[in-house]
Amino acid sequence: MEPVLTVENLSVRIAGLHILQGVSFPVAPTGVTVLLGRNGVGKTTTLRAIVGLTPRNGEVRGTIRMGAQSLLARPTYRLVRSGLGYVPEDRCVFAGLTVAENLRLAERRGAEAAYDRVFALFPELERRARQRAGSLSGGQQQMLAIGRVLLNENRLLLIDEPTKGLAPKVVTEVTEVLERVAESMPVLLVEQNLAVVRRLAKDAVVLAAGQVAWAGDAQELLLETALTKSLLGVGTGEPHRGPEQAAATGKDAN
Amino acid sequence: MGTVILLTLTGLGLAALYFLVASGLSLVFGLADVLNFAHGLFLGVGAYATWWAAGNLPGAGPDGFGFVLAVAFGVAAGTLVAVLVELVLIRPLYSRTIEQVLVTVGLSLAGVALLQATWGADARPFPRPEWTRGVTGILGAQVPNGGLLLIIAAVLVLGALLAFLQWTRYGLVIRAGVENREMVTALGIDVRKAFTLVFAIGGAAAALAGALGGVYFGTVSPGQGSSLLIFAFIVVVIGGMGSVLGSAYAAVAVGLLQQFVNYYGTSGLGDICVVGLLAAVLLLRPQGIAGRVATA
Repeated sequence: MEPVLTVENLSVRIAGLHILQGVSFPVAPTGVTVLLGRNGVGKTTTLRAIVGLTPRNGEVRGTIRMGAQSLLARPTYRLVRSGLGYVPEDRCVFAGLTVAENLRLAERRGAEAAYDRVFALFPELERRARQRAGSLSGGQQQMLAIGRVLLNENRLLLIDEPTKGLAPKVVTEVTEVLERVAESMPVLLVEQNLAVVRRLAKDAVVLAAGQVAWAGDAQELLLETALTKSLLGVGTGEPHRGPEQAAATGKDAN
Repeated sequence: MGTVILLTLTGLGLAALYFLVASGLSLVFGLADVLNFAHGLFLGVGAYATWWAAGNLPGAGPDGFGFVLAVAFGVAAGTLVAVLVELVLIRPLYSRTIEQVLVTVGLSLAGVALLQATWGADARPFPRPEWTRGVTGILGAQVPNGGLLLIIAAVLVLGALLAFLQWTRYGLVIRAGVENREMVTALGIDVRKAFTLVFAIGGAAAALAGALGGVYFGTVSPGQGSSLLIFAFIVVVIGGMGSVLGSAYAAVAVGLLQQFVNYYGTSGLGDICVVGLLAAVLLLRPQGIAGRVATA
């Protein structure tokens, strides 16, 4: 099957620093492809380059294609309208706006907003529609951030560390939601929690020092404890441990 | 008692003038991170366009509906100039703060020079409706009608702006953009359209301030916009970048403080007190009354 997104020879330089150096990988048209790596290897930079959010003092080279369409040098809002849904690290909900206003902002002209889908996944958002987003808990803010992109039909979701800083119970809830979302649309996920990765990911791309150090089947990677430890600096623990248990123990790649 | 009422209402008149200039300035800075030193030019254009229209535009005049038409012409001219400035000069310079400052300062100076070259450096008498030349007795104070007109206009503009920000799609985009502009674009919204819109709103409000300021002061001069801009910047900082309501509160505080201190103290002391208030706010509450923290 043709990849939904192809990254070829991607290099990003910001303020004179080479963050990414010739990164190439495909994103499968179904399921979750996870971007792994230690802190500071360029995972978030990769997602931001794909969605056109490299800072103005940055320089991006290489090729990023979604189908036959080149994504580089196109403004972010056009990329998003063409079917790239982006959930940034730290959620970035609009704290001063209500939940309903945050969702309304994500509506696109000429397209019907899928409130039914969002509220079916996150009934809490419907109940808290008039509450200011800044007063939500971290987990609720994450649900809102994911809910905003699910309001529209997307060809690919880019999600950056959705479980970061969340309580174990909420990690489980978010993981379950992402599992359901991935049944209907492909996801490129940056994630440090290996229990979450084990449950969700089909393919994995491991970055090290701004380059692809390993790419292949995510479950195979997680079975190779020595390899995982050398690439990520952390062991995978029990191979058959479920994400709920892992989340409950709070054990992750950090 | 009459003196206090008079000082309060004339202070509020001054506050209304500051608010009309500062509200647009605050939205532009809050959303687009543009320190627009050319904002005073929009006021000058509004004032001179109104003055010109009252004498030359068919149907327009110094009184009645003719004056309304002249003010509408002035507001339209200020809005047009603001939109052109955003599209032609500011848009290529977003995220380049130093260049923005240089361009807007240069434009402000060039604008004043152009007004001087066209109509001279001297203040010119402004066409004023007969009613605005009089006074109204309020609780024993004889309050100039020009000031009351400014207060009414500012309240209407404040109400319209708040309704626009609260109830329209673009208002929602502007409120969100003031918080996190990048995330607005990441939701598929072309935030540049909102930039142009806030420039248009700011230009219209400043031009209205120019027209009604002409009524209040009785004259129009090329440097009027620049001198009012200094206090408008102070109001924006005290009120909080990007907050219309904050600008309204701050304008009232600055206008009243200036008026009362200048009357009960020495003339000019009010301006110093305003700078003192600014310093106190920056030290104790750097984000202003209702805004976000200003970042470099």
